[in-house]
Amino acid sequence: MTATLTRGAERIHAAFERVKAEGRAAFMPFMTAGYPSASAFPGVADALLAHADLLEVGIPYSDPLGDGPTIQRASEQALAGGTSTRRTLALVKELRARHDTPIVIMTYVNPIYAVGPREFMRLSQDAGVDGLILPDLPPDQDLEIADLAAEHGLAVTFLIAPTSTPERIKLVADACTGFLYAVSVTGVTGAREGTALGEVPAMLALAREYARVPVAVGFGVKDAQTAHQVAGVADGVVVGSAFVNAVREGQDVGALAASIAEGCRR
Amino acid sequence: MSLTLPSYPQPDGRGRYGRFGGRYVPETLIPALDELEAAYRAAKADPAFLGELDRLFREFVGRPSPLYLAQRLTDHAGGARIYLKREDFNYTGAHKINNCLAQALLAVRMGKRRVIAETGAGQHGVASATAAALLGLDCVVYMGAEDIRRQALNVFRMRLLGAEVREVTSGTSTLKDATNEAIRDWVTNVRETFYILGSVVGPHPYPAMVRDFQAVIGEEVKVQLQAVEGRSAPDAIVACVGGGSNAIGIFAPYAYLPAEERPRLIGTEAAGEGVESGRHAASMAGGRIGVLHGSMMYLLNDDEGQIVPPHSISAGLDYPGIGPEHCHYAETGVAEYVPVTDAQALEALQLLTRLEGIIPALESAHAIYHAVRLAQELGPDGVIVVNLSGRGDKDVAEVMRLLEMERDQGLLDKEVEQVTREVLA
Ligand SMILES: Cc1ncc(COP(=O)(O)O)c(C=O)c1O
Repeated sequence: MTATLTRGAERIHAAFERVKAEGRAAFMPFMTAGYPSASAFPGVADALLAHADLLEVGIPYSDPLGDGPTIQRASEQALAGGTSTRRTLALVKELRARHDTPIVIMTYVNPIYAVGPREFMRLSQDAGVDGLILPDLPPDQDLEIADLAAEHGLAVTFLIAPTSTPERIKLVADACTGFLYAVSVTGVTGAREGTALGEVPAMLALAREYARVPVAVGFGVKDAQTAHQVAGVADGVVVGSAFVNAVREGQDVGALAASIAEGCRR
Repeated sequence: MSLTLPSYPQPDGRGRYGRFGGRYVPETLIPALDELEAAYRAAKADPAFLGELDRLFREFVGRPSPLYLAQRLTDHAGGARIYLKREDFNYTGAHKINNCLAQALLAVRMGKRRVIAETGAGQHGVASATAAALLGLDCVVYMGAEDIRRQALNVFRMRLLGAEVREVTSGTSTLKDATNEAIRDWVTNVRETFYILGSVVGPHPYPAMVRDFQAVIGEEVKVQLQAVEGRSAPDAIVACVGGGSNAIGIFAPYAYLPAEERPRLIGTEAAGEGVESGRHAASMAGGRIGVLHGSMMYLLNDDEGQIVPPHSISAGLDYPGIGPEHCHYAETGVAEYVPVTDAQALEALQLLTRLEGIIPALESAHAIYHAVRLAQELGPDGVIVVNLSGRGDKDVAEVMRLLEMERDQGLLDKEVEQVTREVLA
């Protein structure tokens, strides 16, 4: 791993610095690329980017085993509509032309291997991607991916969970160059009942001890109230399934984004 | 023969077989996999665990399973002597029970009272439900909607055994999706749940652990063949490969022998309607390296990494990947893998049934088909052992449907049509 920060990492860190100075946690919405259709996605992304401090764009994948039914169905629909890995990166390139906000790609590893890690990083760099979130890649599984990402100016984010031991938290935190992603529950993505933070504070205390990067929390945040709770303990708040649900149900995504962004104030 | 669990040189400390294997799973599961690995290592060295497994193998499963010289099949093939390792004799009807009982015992040892499993043909589901009933565990089995249709009898058996069968309708509604769903359940309930994985796939340590539990098959063959042929290794071993557990169970005890002592090890992949047709489950012949369900292996996936839905006549082989150790065997020349089509398997099923009175599982029929070809190639001095991984009871309704279809399309030859007419009458 390179000691100097990559362009992507710098941009991501700058975004976190900015919101911190404003007394907020970063608002980090997620959307599956090509959902609800390739033509409607840019509009949805624009609505999110109007309020986002960082946007996560998911590459639709046939077998997203870390995702719950909401994002899985969105992926199926996006794939059926022809949104592939290359198409996702082309969509990000279009967004990049209009927006300055950091954009990170969430992807399972198989699409990276299929395209070829080097080619994938080159395409991502060309699209103006700032970083990668890799939900099925524990950092010690593949040391090459992070190096290749760095070579191409991209930051990487790995995940910790409530089951993570202190040793694992240290290992994962060391490997993250963008931000550290703390999963709030044992489970897959999806908006949940209940708002208790449960195991999050204990996990974050350890994460902060080790991490040299901001720490974001996701999984299960669905509205301004839950966002506000998380914003009290984390540097960033990730909201995914709630937006996918909103798109599916034809709700006003911009209004929901505005409300949750407001919830991210401390 | 008292039970010991083998120790093989593979995988390495990181769960890799060459470049294959590993642990590509959400971080949530890594501590559980570490815990499982430690528990398995301790169990493997514990005489109490081994003694209990040995007792269950003998008294509950009916081990050792016979090694049977299929004389009429041998005569028909006109070449090497064909022996069948009769895993179809096992209680619940297939090799799957070996692994399930062992993993369920491990679950009890680890204090987990809830087990989950995925199943394609239903054999692993039935075996898991059986082990759970025997040991008093709660059991949830994930099964694709398409497989539920094809294997209605096994679904009923699972429910009768007290398991909850959860229908999976995502993706292609088959085994790979049931596996995704089982992993999602495990990620969610990881602290109190033991995942009984059904083949030599998934994240480390599963491929190694399932292999070790199935290696009893090959270890028995060594002893049994010595008694009838005066040598412990045949010239060739043939086994069907879905994920690859029955194949690795009979291969592994031979795979690490020096090359000159090693029999030819041949896995038959499900070629469905033909590898060229694109409708198949032949991960090596028609796939490329990728990652699914936690491990790097040969995989049916397109040039952007989307998993390509597999197809096979047999639900148990209908999986887009193949265990990492098999991938390594293929790459290092330790074993060969050949495709066998749906039609060839259906033909072999009828052949074995009529010549030997043994109705094999459609999965196992893939191995039978190749063994007959291989017998001719090896000639009369040769000895072949075929792993008859399971019996065909579960497939009889589906085979009836397929033969009826062939009859309606006028595809059956006269002789087969006569038999089919009688069967269907
Ligand atoms: C009888 C039988 N043989 C073979 C298989 C394929 O599994 P594996 O390749 O793990 O042996 C199955 C799976 O359900 C089966 O039921």
